[in-house]
Amino acid sequence: MTYIKPRFRHPELPRNKIGYAKADYEGAISTLCAGCGHDSISAGIVQACYELSIEPHRLAKLSGIGCSSKTPTYFLSNSHGFNAVHGRMPSIATGACLANRELIYLGVSGDGDSASIGMGQFVHAIRRNVNMVYIVMNNGCYGLTKGQHSATADAGAQSKTGSTNPFPSIDLVGLALELGATFVGRSFSGDKKQLVPLIKAAMSHPGFALLDVISPCVTFNNQPQSTKSYDYVRAHLEATATIDFVPHREEITVSYQPGHSASVELHDGSVIQLHKLAPHWDPTDRNSAVTRLLESKMKGEVLTGLLYIDPESQGLHELEQTVEQPLNTLKEEDLNPGAEVLEEINNSFR
Amino acid sequence: MKPTNIKDPEYFHKVVDCQYACPAHTPVPEYIRLIAAERYTEAYMVNWESNVFPGILGRTCDRPCEPACRRGRIEEEPVAICRLKRVAADNKGEVQRLMPAAPKQKNGKKIALIGGGPASLTVARDLAPLGYEIHLYDDQKAGGGMMRSQIPAFRLPESVLDEEVNYVLDMGVDAHFNTYVSSMKDLLEKDYDAIFVGTGAPRGGDLPKLPGRWDTKENIHLGIEWLASVAFGHTTRIGKKVLVLGGGNTAMDCCRTALRLGAGQVTVVVRSPFRDMKASPWEIEDAQREGVTILNNMPPKKFVVENGKLKGVLFEKVAAIYDEKGKRTLIPTGEPDVFMEADDVLVAIGQDNAFPWIERDLGIKFGNWDLPVVDKTTFQSTLDRVFFGGDAAFGPKNIITAVAHGHQAAISIDLFCRGESVYNRPAPMTNLVSQKMGIHEWAYDSLVVNDARYLVPHVEKQLALQDRTLEVELGFDQPTGFKEAQRCLNCDIQTVFNTSRCIECDACMDICPTSCITFTLNGEEDELRQRLSAPAHNTSQDLYVSEGLPTGRVMIKDEDVCLHCGLCAERCPTAAWDMQKYLYQVTKAAPIWNNSML
Repeated sequence: MTYIKPRFRHPELPRNKIGYAKADYEGAISTLCAGCGHDSISAGIVQACYELSIEPHRLAKLSGIGCSSKTPTYFLSNSHGFNAVHGRMPSIATGACLANRELIYLGVSGDGDSASIGMGQFVHAIRRNVNMVYIVMNNGCYGLTKGQHSATADAGAQSKTGSTNPFPSIDLVGLALELGATFVGRSFSGDKKQLVPLIKAAMSHPGFALLDVISPCVTFNNQPQSTKSYDYVRAHLEATATIDFVPHREEITVSYQPGHSASVELHDGSVIQLHKLAPHWDPTDRNSAVTRLLESKMKGEVLTGLLYIDPESQGLHELEQTVEQPLNTLKEEDLNPGAEVLEEINNSFR
Repeated sequence: MKPTNIKDPEYFHKVVDCQYACPAHTPVPEYIRLIAAERYTEAYMVNWESNVFPGILGRTCDRPCEPACRRGRIEEEPVAICRLKRVAADNKGEVQRLMPAAPKQKNGKKIALIGGGPASLTVARDLAPLGYEIHLYDDQKAGGGMMRSQIPAFRLPESVLDEEVNYVLDMGVDAHFNTYVSSMKDLLEKDYDAIFVGTGAPRGGDLPKLPGRWDTKENIHLGIEWLASVAFGHTTRIGKKVLVLGGGNTAMDCCRTALRLGAGQVTVVVRSPFRDMKASPWEIEDAQREGVTILNNMPPKKFVVENGKLKGVLFEKVAAIYDEKGKRTLIPTGEPDVFMEADDVLVAIGQDNAFPWIERDLGIKFGNWDLPVVDKTTFQSTLDRVFFGGDAAFGPKNIITAVAHGHQAAISIDLFCRGESVYNRPAPMTNLVSQKMGIHEWAYDSLVVNDARYLVPHVEKQLALQDRTLEVELGFDQPTGFKEAQRCLNCDIQTVFNTSRCIECDACMDICPTSCITFTLNGEEDELRQRLSAPAHNTSQDLYVSEGLPTGRVMIKDEDVCLHCGLCAERCPTAAWDMQKYLYQVTKAAPIWNNSML
């Protein structure tokens, strides 16, 4: 039995701008089933944080309950973490985000945690545009309880035990677009080439960034009748565009034919480059994203990639005009400015 | 790149770095696991089959396996393979019953072995079980050749040497000791079906043209001759101040032996820089620990002799200059020459082959440096029934190389005596078996320990210097041997990839601690090596390339720093990866022991 990862790493492991190797972003060895899509997403998160040269202590990972919500143990051991009650991660994240805007918030949830028990929390976090990345590891089934259909299972999909799902699925991406989310993407755990730049872009987005990542449950939902299996997703994958994320102050080195590419500049100067664009789709136009999504659905495609981004996004802090300093750094004199100031405030109401 | 052909027996063999580097291809991880399992007898026999002298080599081997050890590529020190071999030898049980006996009914063929060293003894060991009548000739009083005459007893106790030489001689070998063969012509006239020459490189290098060399008869000795004289008890004393000229292992043996014969001050003087010294680093360390001074960049200029009595040696000071090709030139620095007093000087500057007893009109051709012309594969000379091996074939190397030669020469001799082509070499024996026992269980200890290399304890210096036969190294005790054995990465447990089972979930790539695995589009090797999960700069290690996968990619594994921890196989949902034990054995002339119990 080897639930111990050897300490040795490749001696020539490259290092990022702040001197860390990818290994410095790893976590404990995964206890999920061998081949679980969630582990690939964890690896994608490790890769993205490494490439963005994020200092691990500047990131907080939050999760609820479920297979997906176990994963924060398996990446970024040196970051902050909070494992919330089932479906309640968004409110913890909202609170944490309000208390300290200097951290990067990475929420990890699953289809059960977000689309069922936590739906009420999930939609409000979108509405409030909480400045966080929200990754749904979406496998269409309840893996922890042996593979019952979840709310994101497609109608007609068959479970491993043979029961057919009679209900239509909740499309988290469609829901988010409807609710006014400012960054919406979908990806596939088996396609890190797309997933990693999407996570990087989401981390640089000011506001709520939803990534719905199809993540096959290799134990309970990888059979031929499933619509969330490795084979099915690969066969029906349709990408909006290939995506490059160019962090702020880095030179853009790749150029593509005009008319087939678009660049979206983020507030911090980072650029998302999209190439081989699908026709009739503009990543900054919500209507075109909704249309494109519906078209794909009709054709039975799994549409992935960046679907929508609002480069003018105003996060919760801007909307609420909150204090810039983290609350835990406010001194007594900041919190209690004295009788004179109180008097002034009271007078303003008179 | 083309998909890797893992059916080629050499592909996985190369992954077992230690075994691949061993001239005799001893299955190192196999016996190390047996040591960890306290199966010392079997560990010994695995060695004995491959290298014939586990106890001797466990003390004296040049260890080409250790610089090759994968562990040395992921941390500082390789596994102490050589000293583990000694653990097997020290703790083994009764082994002779496991060794093949020579059949009572002989096969009617007679073989002569000239020289009683490791090469000849290996030939005898491999051929005796087949019923050959074997006559071994040596001018020393007992078998072992240079292992007896040149390796001091404080490194190799006589009892260990006798034991392992006798295992071979007891297989019905007709040994003629104290017998110097002075004419190959006479030998050829006897009715031998084949003759094997394993006479080593018996002539010590000298400095015949150095001024003063011939001004005194005493006090200037040739290293290997002097060591032999000490070994056989003819020399028991040496002067107070001793100079040793030379930087090889013989020089190290000379200086340490001199200390034990009563020398008060022993200095080794090397003509070139330290980095070019031929001696093994551990031999140099041992000598220095015992109080020997080593000086470098000082070639001798002349022996200073007054009234027929040696006074010392005059040395020049030089510096080494290397050109672009790495060729070295020693340039005098212009500093004044250095005179060093000496009562005795030991010249240990290499050794040469010498075949004064082989007449040159017999059809045995000689080439450069008066070495016989010998086929590198068959060890056959230009006279078809005469074979050479060990140092006698291609010049001085080491014991393990001599053993490897012996195995191949034995195969040739057997083929030759049966009237078959000597080029009809047998293929190696290979076996590849899954180690999977359960979901998270393997038939080998897959855990990679972090321990640093353990040091072998030494006998107290004071005691060691008083007795030239007292062994300095004490060897690992069993608990330390176990811990050192656990450092082995089990490189013979191969990561075998089955393309048709892979669902490309990336789990193996994500879990691999040393970033060996990449799923990517295929390309040319040079370019691929740059864009793997971690750069694959060590081109001496292969890339394992799969067949094409459904997404159009291939799996590429850089074998360089794979820990063989089995995590890829454990995280694989479809068992596309499996850990399989690869046993590779060089086929010997005769079956040596029944290893089916391994």
